[in-house]
Amino acid sequence: MSGLIGTGQLVRLFLRLDRVHLPLWIVGIVGIVAASASAVQGLYTTPELRAGYAATVTNSPAAIAMSGPPQALDTVGGITLFEINLTAAVGVSLMAIFLTVRHTRAEEEAGRTELLRAGVLGRHAPLAAALIVVGGASLLVGLLLAASLTGLGLPASGSMLFGSSMACLGVVFCAVTAVAAQLTEHARAALGMSVAVLGVAWALRSLGDVRESALTWASPVGWVQAVHAFGAERWWPLLLPVATAVGLTAVAVELTRRRDVGAGLVPPRPGPARASHLLSSVPGLALRQQRSSLLWWSVGLFLAGLAFGSFGEEVTTMLEDNPELGELLGGGGDDLVAGYFGLILLILVLIVACFTVSSVQRLRSEEAAARAELVLATRTPRASWQLGWLGVTAVGTVLVTLATGVGVAVADTLVSGSAERFGELLAATAAYLPAIAVIGGLAAALHGWAPRLSLLVWVVLAGCFVVGWLGDLLEIPEAVRNLSPFNLTPRMPLESMDWGVALSLSVLAGLLLALAVLGFRRRDVGVA
Amino acid sequence: MDAPIVVEQLHKSFGSTHALDGLDLRAEQGEVHGFLGPNGSGKSTTIRVLLGLLRPDAGRAVLLGGDPWRDAATLHRHLAYVPGDVALWPGLSGGEVIDLIGRLRGGLDETRRAELLRDFELDATKKSRTYSKGNRQKVALVAALASRADLLILDEPTNGLDPLMAEVFQTWIRRVKDEGHTVLLSSHILAEVEALCDRVSIIRAGATVQSGTLADLRHLTTTTVIAETVRPADGLAGVTGVSDLERTDGRVTFQVDTKHLDGAVAHLSSLGIRSLISHPPTLEELFLTQYGDRLPEHAGSGQPGADSDQSGAVSDRSGADSDQAGADPGQQRGVEGGRP
Repeated sequence: MSGLIGTGQLVRLFLRLDRVHLPLWIVGIVGIVAASASAVQGLYTTPELRAGYAATVTNSPAAIAMSGPPQALDTVGGITLFEINLTAAVGVSLMAIFLTVRHTRAEEEAGRTELLRAGVLGRHAPLAAALIVVGGASLLVGLLLAASLTGLGLPASGSMLFGSSMACLGVVFCAVTAVAAQLTEHARAALGMSVAVLGVAWALRSLGDVRESALTWASPVGWVQAVHAFGAERWWPLLLPVATAVGLTAVAVELTRRRDVGAGLVPPRPGPARASHLLSSVPGLALRQQRSSLLWWSVGLFLAGLAFGSFGEEVTTMLEDNPELGELLGGGGDDLVAGYFGLILLILVLIVACFTVSSVQRLRSEEAAARAELVLATRTPRASWQLGWLGVTAVGTVLVTLATGVGVAVADTLVSGSAERFGELLAATAAYLPAIAVIGGLAAALHGWAPRLSLLVWVVLAGCFVVGWLGDLLEIPEAVRNLSPFNLTPRMPLESMDWGVALSLSVLAGLLLALAVLGFRRRDVGVA
Repeated sequence: MDAPIVVEQLHKSFGSTHALDGLDLRAEQGEVHGFLGPNGSGKSTTIRVLLGLLRPDAGRAVLLGGDPWRDAATLHRHLAYVPGDVALWPGLSGGEVIDLIGRLRGGLDETRRAELLRDFELDATKKSRTYSKGNRQKVALVAALASRADLLILDEPTNGLDPLMAEVFQTWIRRVKDEGHTVLLSSHILAEVEALCDRVSIIRAGATVQSGTLADLRHLTTTTVIAETVRPADGLAGVTGVSDLERTDGRVTFQVDTKHLDGAVAHLSSLGIRSLISHPPTLEELFLTQYGDRLPEHAGSGQPGADSDQSGAVSDRSGADSDQAGADPGQQRGVEGGRP
């Protein structure tokens, strides 16, 4: 196997390069999941309490759409899994996707693979090393998850099964990403493709579980959740992700054999000899650079909005069928529906904020790649360059937010047959814009003052997710939760619009932007 | 108007690295000024200060009569820049990049754009990501030369070009100079500097060690003389300024301080000259004189990170020749005063 020569050295190199990334992902995922799991213990100590929990979530399409099939909810283990499923599965999948792209296409796009391949290194060594490192990280996460659950006093067999299922999920997405990395020349596109696969897999599983159809079995997320840990435990569904990972790896290997280093599968087409009118200004350049990613984010979030928006009406239907349930939950039917929309909108706008942050951070990549200086050596002042890019980010954020809100509202209108909530839902989505602006402003300010600390904004965004999604479970104090601008924003339509908060957040975003301009005016360019 | 580029006692540190340590540079209106130095000596740092990308720690930098940091955007109307390591937007074609940069600068000369594309044999429809280093450099050169800017700042513009294209480059620089524009040409391709530049500044470890016309600099150093004489060339060693004396079969080779050339030739003449070859130092020799004491074990000790290009062309050369140069203190005599 001369194609694998040098894999060992490469694995060591990747581990060296990842000495911050890997621990951060692993500790982050395991820490958040273990903390959530720990918070569940002691809450459902009696069969009656567990039955109450089961009755609530089994009848909640929203909960099933987000978390997974309601299984073994008469056990503490089953309830724990239901609470941690989303965080664990999405966490491990994203880790696998980001790390795999980082070590395959991103390296190749930067030209470093070329340097390595010129040495004594087999054709398949970079891919093999990436699979080993990322697969190993997934296994480690699985193992640590199993250990934490066992440590909390849950049965060892179920903990082990759950840990293994999460490890398998990571390995599948590592293989998915390995294939995506062969198809396109750009790390960003490979990332987008893989995250889209994750989104589709999640949506298929949600639809399948809610409608109790076989659609679940079309999704890798469905496979790993089909092991029914802590219930009627079974290991065989894990054969599906393992076989898929092997198959996809074979595809990736075959694709590597067929293409040149640095190239994708689609040969580059020639471009125009002259620039269009659009390419006459910094915003024009920024738009040209982001138009395809803007399109994909809008389409993706519109579809996600459609998927989650379509469940709202089922909450109503369910309550009509079962009026006692509404009383049991201690609230009217309308509140329950509104609460559901409030929750999914929060998750969706957090994803929109990911678009905003990655768009702001293009300032840094432009600077790091030394393209910024080509523009700054023309008569473009620094603030114009910065604000030109950020202006496109702002317009893009509004578009993506609207696409999300329209997706949710359209789905709800179609399913319920009435446009009663259309405006309400759109307004509820748009109400998060000031909060997103604050996160974008923070990203810009970090770039302006300390470009090396740019990645901190992702930690802040992860914190917003934790307090928003897990705040109740982890019993995070209100004061801490309110550090998140998304928490300060009223969860419409359940709560009513608060213009004071919107105004304060907008002012804060404006201040951060001013700070960004000030900082960037003072510092050296090219140190990012 | 004052000179387009005036730099005095410029200092700039990155952490503990002193990239610029009291650098002086002056380029007069209408000249092509060579900016020479090995990798990491601070050429790119100086240029980035002049472009207002870096803020100097101390010293004075005046660009086209203004402050390069404060007035960056206004000053940039009148200049065009080619970076040492050209990075382009991978999804844009070469033609699109040229137009974009031209428009951001305030327009470019269409006729000239077409001429340049033809002369540099550049396919403007190819996507930037498919260009080689040399082709990316051509894109930046076409964009800069088509701008008709008063001042061109070129950071090692030809280090990715093949010899034919380097020739095309020289033709264009002469044309720009004939039009009265000023060019700052950072380079370590000495033949190119010798062919193009009116004056040069040689820098080392962030400070200027020599500056002047090539003729000025040649006066500072030694001339090589090879002669055959009728009578054995005794007594030459006693002549002022003569060093590096070697005798083989009635043929004598030596170096002489240029200001003592007259005395040495007079002495040879008294011995009866059969043949005489004498040549002034090439720029390469001048250059090596500045860096000749960099013995192999010190060859890598230049300051890291201050210069974008790490290809090592100059330091290799100085390393290879340093045995000869280092063995002869006389050859360095003219230089010692200028060294920091």
